[in-house]
Amino acid sequence: MHAPDGFLNAGTAVATGAVSLGVIGTAVRQSKATLKEKQVPLAGIVAAFVFAAQMFNFPVAAGTTGHLLGGALAAILLGPSVGAIVVSIVVVVQALAFADGGLTALGYNVLNMAIVTAFGGWALYRLFRRILPNTAAGVVAATGLAGGGSVILSSMAFSLEWLFGATAPIPFDTVLGAMVGVHLFIGIGEGVISGLAIGAILVARPDLVYGARDLDRAQMRDRTPIRARTLMISGILVALVLGTVVSQFAADSPDGLERVAADTGFAASAQDHTLDGFVFADYATSGIGNETLSLAIAGAAGVLITLLVGFGLFTAVRSQRPRRKQPSGA
Amino acid sequence: MTTPALHIQGLQFAYPDGLQALAGVDLRIESGERVALLGPNGAGKTTLALHLNGIKEAAGGTITIGDLLLSEDNLSEIRRRVGLVFQDTDDQLFMPTVGEDVAFGPANLGLRGADLGARVDEALAAVTASELKSRPPHHLSGGERRRAALATVLAMRPDLLVLDEPSSGLDPAARRELLNLLRELAITQIIITHDLPLALELCERSVILDGGAVVADGPTVDILTDTRLLERHRLELPFGLDPAAVRDLIPRRA
Amino acid sequence: MGAGHAHALYVHEHTLLHHLAPEAKLAAAFLFVIAVALSPPQAIWAFVAFGTALLFLVRLARVRLRFVAGRLLVIVPFILFALFIPFIGSGEQTEVLGMSLSVEGLWSMWNIIAKASIGATISILLAATTEIPDIVRGMGRLKVPAVLVSIATFMIRYLEVIAGELGRMRVAMTARGYDPRWLWQAKPIAASAGALFIRSYERGERVYDAMLARGYTGAMPDLGHRHATGRDWAIAAALPAFGIVVALAAGVLT
Repeated sequence: MHAPDGFLNAGTAVATGAVSLGVIGTAVRQSKATLKEKQVPLAGIVAAFVFAAQMFNFPVAAGTTGHLLGGALAAILLGPSVGAIVVSIVVVVQALAFADGGLTALGYNVLNMAIVTAFGGWALYRLFRRILPNTAAGVVAATGLAGGGSVILSSMAFSLEWLFGATAPIPFDTVLGAMVGVHLFIGIGEGVISGLAIGAILVARPDLVYGARDLDRAQMRDRTPIRARTLMISGILVALVLGTVVSQFAADSPDGLERVAADTGFAASAQDHTLDGFVFADYATSGIGNETLSLAIAGAAGVLITLLVGFGLFTAVRSQRPRRKQPSGA
Repeated sequence: MTTPALHIQGLQFAYPDGLQALAGVDLRIESGERVALLGPNGAGKTTLALHLNGIKEAAGGTITIGDLLLSEDNLSEIRRRVGLVFQDTDDQLFMPTVGEDVAFGPANLGLRGADLGARVDEALAAVTASELKSRPPHHLSGGERRRAALATVLAMRPDLLVLDEPSSGLDPAARRELLNLLRELAITQIIITHDLPLALELCERSVILDGGAVVADGPTVDILTDTRLLERHRLELPFGLDPAAVRDLIPRRA
Repeated sequence: MGAGHAHALYVHEHTLLHHLAPEAKLAAAFLFVIAVALSPPQAIWAFVAFGTALLFLVRLARVRLRFVAGRLLVIVPFILFALFIPFIGSGEQTEVLGMSLSVEGLWSMWNIIAKASIGATISILLAATTEIPDIVRGMGRLKVPAVLVSIATFMIRYLEVIAGELGRMRVAMTARGYDPRWLWQAKPIAASAGALFIRSYERGERVYDAMLARGYTGAMPDLGHRHATGRDWAIAAALPAFGIVVALAAGVLT
């Protein structure tokens, strides 16, 4: 997803650039307290680790492979600010020294691949930690779901940028459907690998995991193992549900959605282009029945469903084991 | 009595998990000596080395470098006086090029511009690594990396050189180069090593550290010919080495 | 996304472009690409001008065209996407070779292909004429916060080390018959990645100790690298100046 120059228009490049600069600037200031002297070489080495990890591929299915983004994992290991900084540096150096990603595309490349994945992934992680038990297994599951979610969030962010800055006459909902659809499967891979990696790190050096520093020794020792298959099945189910929701937008005639809109009084007419040409790019809105509805549901549904389904699956799996008295999450 | 280069008294240190790594170390080294620090793995040799420049803080006892008692207030001067060459050179060569690595130390001491450049060249020349100046460390061979790491430390003109396993991983030719280099350097040296022939050839005196304390301290030849002593501390002469037979071949300090 | 990063693009030569200060080249590249990105795609002549200028620079840097073409493969997926646009784009349609193509889509296709290729070429040229540590140093001279520059410096130092370790781990696993084809077989990869993270982290702690040992007090010292001179800026300004003039003309004339 290292977009080249010219993919999105100048306004979007500038706006996302400003946002990225602002967020990273704030993260640098905010982490000066946490990024003690000692952590500078550490952050550099973790950056090298993320960079190297992105170069290697893991199997997805039938021999095809995928690549890690690592933003959520970096946030859970180092904290969201330092994690975002680390992955941003990776993205910037990839563009400047390896010609991967356009120079004018740095604004949205950093935003999508570093900021959204690290902060969005961290937010998801915190949410999942509240729902899941306060044990090492809970940390692993939360990491996996946050990792997968971060990839989906990243693709959603790109789709939203397309809405504002498209340079091609392809409607927003087509892009959303395609981007999120493809990244659902990449997300599953990222989630599984992230979860398993955190699991391995928790066994040897739990003190290195920023996101698990709230666990005490007893909680850490509760090592009900999470099977890779469980994580993967959860991921696929989330993907399926999200996929059916999102595909409603990508379809040329979203009848079901329009009926809902008419019933609930949301939509005035089928071709409501109130916002056309104002903020959104030409043609990006041409295929949508009702932009407001599209946007609102696109955003809310994705996050909400991921949370609900993930939690539901985990408790369903857990109830198959002998019940344990767990202290409920914060 | 002249001021010793290094004087350790009753040094104690324990790891956070409770393991007593140093249980009262006493050691006195005179200026210009070369002393081998021997002992089994886990004896505390590296831990001791990390105390000598204040990276690890002792729980008890004192360390005096020359006329300076090591304390929190004089760490920067202590670190100028004590040059530590780490076991893993990748930990020590952390800049993108060798030249920058060698410049890092003296730059921290305040050198700039032409003075800094001259100091870098001087240090690289001392280890015959001038041609490595603009090379990235990860492209160098083991022997080149060892010499570069030594240069990074020599650039600070230390009074005491502490080397942690300097010959490990080197091929015989690189090892020979390193040995000759160390012999030429007129700096007080502590050499932590498992390489007993190196200890025999370079160091007149050896100290055995085991269980966090000094258990033997004397002429290298005497220590290496005491087989029961060696056995007690998991040391063993390499096949074919007969210290007594080469006693007269060992070059003496002038 | 992924495996293309492994090999640095630097081409070792001694040309005008190679010797320009990195901050000047970075600024020039950015400004030039901005000018290109702002040019309306309808002004085809402008992009021909840009491309010609770049070809001239590629020759000047003694970088081979085949090398540039090879590295341009990175943008192929986006080029493929661009080629599809006229087929799936909406709006006014036109007929080409019996197929119905979107007019707007054709311009979008050209827009993306032209800007992506030119942008990628200037990036390749920048990377080919500037060693990575210099690129990072140039970033610092352009007011990127020092802490980010330090992190980037360590990253590039240890990138090859860690990538190498990851690679060796994969080789070791393959040698023991590990041939994963499905995601649920990825556990060993993830576990070893986790172990490598821990080792990398612990190395980071040792590197910090090594920095302390050579007098590090919190800020990276100035190691005396050459700053950009007026001459550097003047020469570098030629490219963005050309770009801005062409972009303005294109904007006005279209």
